[in-house]
Amino acid sequence: MTAAVTETDASLADASKAMGGGPRRSAASTARGLLGNRIGSAIAIVIAVLWTVPTFGLFLSSLRPESDIKRTGWWTFFSNPVLTLENYEQVLGGSTSTNLSQYFMNSLVICIPATLLPLALAIMAAYAFSVLEWRGRDLVFVAVFTLQIVPLQMALIPLLRIFNDTGAGSVLLFLPLWLAHTIFALPLAIFLLHNFMSEVPRDLIEAARIDGAGHVTVFLRIMLPLMLPAIASFAIFQFLWVWNDLLVGLTFSGGSRIIQPLTAALAALTGDRGQDWHLLTAGAFISIIIPLIVFFSLQRYFVRGLLAGSVKG
Amino acid sequence: MGFLLNTRVGQLVLAVILFCAIVAVLLLIAKGADSLRERARRPAVVAVFAGPALLLLAAGLIYPFIRTLWMSFMDNRSENYVGFANYVTALTEPSNLVGFRNTFLWVILTPLLSTTIGLVYAVLIDKSRLEKVAKALLFLPMAISFVGAGIIWKFVYDYKGAGQDQIGVINALLTWVGLEPVRFLQDSWMNTIFLILVLVWIEAGFAMVILSASIKAVPEDIIEAARLDGASAWQLFWSITIPSIRPSLVVVLTTISIATLKIFDITRTMTGAKFDTQVLANLMYDESFVFGNNGLGSAMAVFIFVLVVPLVMFNIRQMAKNREVRG
Repeated sequence: MTAAVTETDASLADASKAMGGGPRRSAASTARGLLGNRIGSAIAIVIAVLWTVPTFGLFLSSLRPESDIKRTGWWTFFSNPVLTLENYEQVLGGSTSTNLSQYFMNSLVICIPATLLPLALAIMAAYAFSVLEWRGRDLVFVAVFTLQIVPLQMALIPLLRIFNDTGAGSVLLFLPLWLAHTIFALPLAIFLLHNFMSEVPRDLIEAARIDGAGHVTVFLRIMLPLMLPAIASFAIFQFLWVWNDLLVGLTFSGGSRIIQPLTAALAALTGDRGQDWHLLTAGAFISIIIPLIVFFSLQRYFVRGLLAGSVKG
Repeated sequence: MGFLLNTRVGQLVLAVILFCAIVAVLLLIAKGADSLRERARRPAVVAVFAGPALLLLAAGLIYPFIRTLWMSFMDNRSENYVGFANYVTALTEPSNLVGFRNTFLWVILTPLLSTTIGLVYAVLIDKSRLEKVAKALLFLPMAISFVGAGIIWKFVYDYKGAGQDQIGVINALLTWVGLEPVRFLQDSWMNTIFLILVLVWIEAGFAMVILSASIKAVPEDIIEAARLDGASAWQLFWSITIPSIRPSLVVVLTTISIATLKIFDITRTMTGAKFDTQVLANLMYDESFVFGNNGLGSAMAVFIFVLVVPLVMFNIRQMAKNREVRG
């Protein structure tokens, strides 16, 4: 047990090292010599500025009065600082045509089950693919992760038809969205969680089995606690993916404004009111705020998940 | 009961209750299955643990996949077989060809630019005092939706007639140094490049994080040895760092290419696919859900699939290989 725990901790440490950097010298510090420190730093600063100024500009604009946004650039703020919360008031509580708060709620209502459901199903399936032993297991597993090659676009129309024919959305309005997100998340989720699970030492499970523990006990008492960091990183990914998604939201809300997510509402707003910058800036910032909070508070897991997905396999 | 069915929060609460109930029931069944006799036990336990996910995948991914393939050979309403007519239309209609041309540009430029910028940045900030903060800055756009990023950049690219005050940063700078303002999003074909830069802005952070981790994993003794042999910094970079991180470089390039092939949000938010900025994924959406042309829409989806397959296969193989090396 302890061995496995240390291992998980160690990979977390890897992740934080990837974000921060340990004390040792590495290939890059030598490579930096290429450009000389001054020029190198200058280039890095230019990139960093290019990568942050657009978001900052949007944020500052969202706080400026409507007439100012439309007439002058956000940098005018520095010579003539006028700020207001009016745009946010209009976007969060104004008339129905500009009110985005219901879409914000929609996004939350879509996101939470659409994160929980694929996670639970994928953890269970990963257990079946890594701990349980059965004939044809590896073949089915390969089939499942090969499904990653099916682009969303290939499944949209028939899936939509299935939901319409079965009336899946008639009682639980959001059900088609939850299920669609779950289905599209499963191949990658099962693949990643399986990889983490197969790193847990077999002896640990064997010992528990010999002591008479059933699979449910092994699953709940041994696997889940050990898997927590992996589960956390996948949960973050899934949440951000669903929150930021437009395609699934547009398709499976059937154009119904009652269940459309925030992204779809914003996309419509850019089309209909392309010049209403006071609404767009505030609206966009509201849609960004949740991912930013998730990202900054759970950055460690986020990076770990990224590395697990594309470097470690 | 009305609260649960008729309000958003109610639906959410109901969903969470249902979710807990489903998990509890599954685990109970698993417990029951686990106490069965030896012969029946194993398949029963496997069925409970893997069954729900496999069923959903079969109904929601495998069946739709086959059906889309079939629909791509049928007419608009999927009633008559039309052979390859949809594929011919997709590849001959001038408006569709623009979509293919642009998608090609996207897939070539986005991975190259974001990986280069990510790599340069990762190298430059490595071991610097502010590394953590510097990384978060570049990484931040990754948390933003394509729609959000689209709005952010639409604002940056904003254009006003020559006499007026510019509210977009770039045009303000251009007029400030005495140049004419540019219609970034309206003038083809450069507008596609400006849209691509938005995706580069999002993906560079991803490339940077992966490459930075892999740069830090290059063994010190190799570098030390090369340095003792008198290798210059430039030589070290090209003959040690780059070959050592090549597996990660490849994965980053292919992963970004795959994401790029499916992108439609940026085009949709920023230009509405007007002004010759059409892309494949947006063609698929428009044909299927705006014009109700299921046959052509399905054919577009198949094109995306065919383009993605080699990349994903390559990626999966590469990931498996990286695992072996590390394992």
